[in-house]
Amino acid sequence: MKYLSEYRDPELVEQYVTELHKTVTRPWTIMEVCGGQTHSLVKNGILNMLPEAVQMVHGPGCPVCVTPLHLIDKAVYLAEKKGVILCSFGDMLRVPGSKRSLLEAKANGADVRILYSPLEAVKLAQAHPDREIVFFAVGFETTAPANALSVLHAHRLGLKNYSILASHVLVPPAIEAVINDKEAKIEGFLAAGHVCTIMGIDEYYPIADKYDVPVVVTGFEPVDLLQGILMTVRQLEQGKHFLDNQYSRVVKPEGNPEARRVIEQVFKVTDREWRGIGMIPMSGYEVRKEFADYDANVKFNVHIEKVAENIECIAGQVLKGIKKPHECPQFGKKCTPQTPLGAPMVSSEGACAAYYHFAKAMEEEIIF
Amino acid sequence: MQLQCPMPQLDFEIITLGHGSGGLLTHKLLESGVFSLFSNPLLDTHHDGAVFEVNGRMAFSTDSFVIAPIFFPGGNIGELAVNGTVNDLAMCGAAAKYMSLGFIIEEGLAMQEFWDILVSIKFAAEKAGIQIVTGDTKVVERGKGDKIFINTSGVGVVHPRSNIAMKNVKTGDKIIISGQVATHGIAIMSVREGLEFETTIESDTTNLNHDIIQLLNEFGENIHLLRDPTRGGVASVLNEIAKDARLGIDIYQKMIPVTEEVNGACELLGLDPLYVANEGIFIAIVDAAIADDFVKTLQTLQNGTHAAIIGEAVDAHARQVVLTSAIGGRRVVNMLVGEQLPRIC
Repeated sequence: MKYLSEYRDPELVEQYVTELHKTVTRPWTIMEVCGGQTHSLVKNGILNMLPEAVQMVHGPGCPVCVTPLHLIDKAVYLAEKKGVILCSFGDMLRVPGSKRSLLEAKANGADVRILYSPLEAVKLAQAHPDREIVFFAVGFETTAPANALSVLHAHRLGLKNYSILASHVLVPPAIEAVINDKEAKIEGFLAAGHVCTIMGIDEYYPIADKYDVPVVVTGFEPVDLLQGILMTVRQLEQGKHFLDNQYSRVVKPEGNPEARRVIEQVFKVTDREWRGIGMIPMSGYEVRKEFADYDANVKFNVHIEKVAENIECIAGQVLKGIKKPHECPQFGKKCTPQTPLGAPMVSSEGACAAYYHFAKAMEEEIIF
Repeated sequence: MQLQCPMPQLDFEIITLGHGSGGLLTHKLLESGVFSLFSNPLLDTHHDGAVFEVNGRMAFSTDSFVIAPIFFPGGNIGELAVNGTVNDLAMCGAAAKYMSLGFIIEEGLAMQEFWDILVSIKFAAEKAGIQIVTGDTKVVERGKGDKIFINTSGVGVVHPRSNIAMKNVKTGDKIIISGQVATHGIAIMSVREGLEFETTIESDTTNLNHDIIQLLNEFGENIHLLRDPTRGGVASVLNEIAKDARLGIDIYQKMIPVTEEVNGACELLGLDPLYVANEGIFIAIVDAAIADDFVKTLQTLQNGTHAAIIGEAVDAHARQVVLTSAIGGRRVVNMLVGEQLPRIC
């Protein structure tokens, strides 16, 4: 497949792995911020190709994992409300709320639909004028433009029955939160390629400067990831720390100005609670007042009590890279993808789910 | 397969509760052409059940079909039901003989749609050489079904040389796949509400029994296990085998046949083709000594053009399926957990 197969070339992969082995002289801990990168590292079996000295820590860039519990509860509440069709991206459905997941709500009769694009939800709103269509708008900066566009589109069409339950989160504040956490010891970051495709790379210069850490904007294919890791390790080995862009074939320094304009028009930056991590200032988007008619929070004015997380779940420490998933006492025991205690065990992008496969193999003495 | 049988003149256009009552309307529906469409000596008795002689080893299988949408690119629920039944029997090493056909219809189904389904059942059954010998029709209120559900059971005669059993799977056996994976699942997904995308991918639903019988003629007891990786996909079937046979399974990503289009759709939707449902393909676990010949023969058969050895049973990592990725990394391939849900990004 053009633009994919080139970045999955076994020979190139081998060259990068060899180079990495030659370059590394001491242990380094690197965080890949984005869940899509975690997924690719696991899916392609890359973790077992890296030198032992290079430890990858799986960051908080999994939207499914960081959407707060009370927001899942709110989505479930809305889904169960008479006349509502709740639309969501697929992998939000299995995330446990405090009482139940959206998938369970669906099984109980709630009208929950899996969509790929929020514009499909707008179409549903047109087709069902007697129903309220709510789109559960989760994700990082990557999904924000399409979600914002759906609001603009609904506005243009004059629809009164469309709204979004926005839970957008932003990458740069999350990286800073990880760096500022005293327990976390991350020495370099692979920034999320697709987030930068939208937002550009300017936000990351200050992070590399202020905290003396290499930040490498990295793609998702095996060659991308290995190159990104190599670029980070080279900086670390040379005692350097600057912002670099591995994914320049996709990421322009200025990002996508049109997409940013749409985001800016519909959303404003706000404090946001991250599941497992807590409140991070100015780390999310909420719908602007001008578009309050399309904000499910305003429209339905629901107050959902905050419920404490399961105390057995150490998701926060995992998301900040303080603990590895298999260091959790419940890992693979009480907590499995079938019976997740916390969100990182749900999505295939979640570190725990990724490790579940990985660590199970280690028990059987396959050397990964 | 396009239908060649015009619908008879009827005084109703949609199916109503009365058509399942067992009374006059039911009679009208069946006599309208259903019976003549499937006519065979056993069915033509119009009795409560079919009576026939059996000799030797038989295979017996049941399945239900609840697919939405009922018409999809490359087929419909009717031929899916026939092929599913025939293929389940084929995986037991059996040649399909007779099947039952039970319909649960949601009131309001257009008679034309029902007719189209019936006609494709007729053609699929003829192609597979299976006879429909008994059946049932029920109609449920609107909202209590999803247009139409089909339940089938089938019986078949087991091939004399067939010795298909989990206990026969042993270390060193080769794992063979008969065709390209994930085609059916992606074809269905492409027309689901909310996931619509432009594609020419069509379901590969078909009957596999003729191919299987030929393979059994040639390779007999050297075929240790046959499975069709329908729901849960290739990954789930291989996991079941690894667990039940208490062996490890190694597979190689670059040997697994997938069409470019299906692969592209999977990339786009964030799905792993190994977990996507299949129809017109099967997995064979065969003795290593005959594996190459098996593939060669299979490639000459109707549904085996893309057949390939994709891995083997091993002593290491018992009960686990381990995939060597296209770039040479290794990972565990687990059983599908719940439904495979598309990822956010």
